Amino acid sequence: MVNDPIHQFRIHNILGPWNIFGHEIAFTNSNLFMGIIVLVVVGFLLLASSKKSLVPGRVQSVGEMWYSLIHNMVENVLGHEGAPFFPLVFSLFSFVLIANLLGMFPYFFTVTSQVVVTASLAVFVVGLVVVIGIYKHGLGWFKLFVPSGVPLAILPFISLIEVISFLSRPISLGLRLFGNMLAGHIVLKVFAGFVVSLVALGIGGAIGSIAPLFMAVALTALEFLVAFLQAFVFAILTCVYLNDALHTHH
Amino acid sequence: MDANAAKLIGAGIACIGMGGAGIGVGLIFGNFLSGALRNPAAAGAQFTNALIGAALAEGLGIFSLVVALLLLFVS
Repeated sequence: MVNDPIHQFRIHNILGPWNIFGHEIAFTNSNLFMGIIVLVVVGFLLLASSKKSLVPGRVQSVGEMWYSLIHNMVENVLGHEGAPFFPLVFSLFSFVLIANLLGMFPYFFTVTSQVVVTASLAVFVVGLVVVIGIYKHGLGWFKLFVPSGVPLAILPFISLIEVISFLSRPISLGLRLFGNMLAGHIVLKVFAGFVVSLVALGIGGAIGSIAPLFMAVALTALEFLVAFLQAFVFAILTCVYLNDALHTHH
Repeated sequence: MDANAAKLIGAGIACIGMGGAGIGVGLIFGNFLSGALRNPAAAGAQFTNALIGAALAEGLGIFSLVVALLLLFVS
């Protein structure tokens, strides 16, 4: 059934599947769009930095805005120690942003609407926080879970809550992006479906279908905002979490 | 009541949680705006903090959406 609003999230094989070590591995439409995203990001940034004129043209100024947005964010949240993490945060932001924006085109697959993609990114980020925290501070990093200045009587409960809140970070980081993309795209398709079913009713329905049509247009604009905002939120939360690894004292 | 009907009602009830997330995000941006109008000079630096708060509040609403979707589509 093609009118199903969930249909857009279906993964199908483009090449394969091949049987590799007992696993079925195939080149899917999700893989294809991930490759396209990387090509778009690299291609655009190469194009933006090819001229390097003192007065930037259109493409170059977009590239500079893109770069300085993330650069300022990393500077503000992480300080000078965060400079080595700028490439990571920039890559994450670029991947998520282009994935969200490409998903807005009709018939394009939204990579970030698959929970496996967003959850792997989130688990990678939080795993990196643990590794860097232990690498930088040794076992002293675990003081993160023992806030200073808390009365001894309630310290065990506070530590427990801190541990649980740390462990829920990869879940919330991954699910936020996934949920926003999934819900937004379902809502778009549901409103588009209203238009089709109303027009099918006849002339009265065609007049009535103007309202959901405008709603679909307005929601498309909202979805572009959400696409940018969620990529930005993903990047800034990555910075906030990395801040815990770099500076343990509260 | 058969199990399927209970599932659908449960999915509907789970979506009430998103209303709470809506209240939370509204409070954050409303308070940010009222603070920003009192002291516009300090507003720009705090906008990212407002976004972090909104993202954290919204994430909890997304959890209830995911519960609803799990109820609907996971058999």
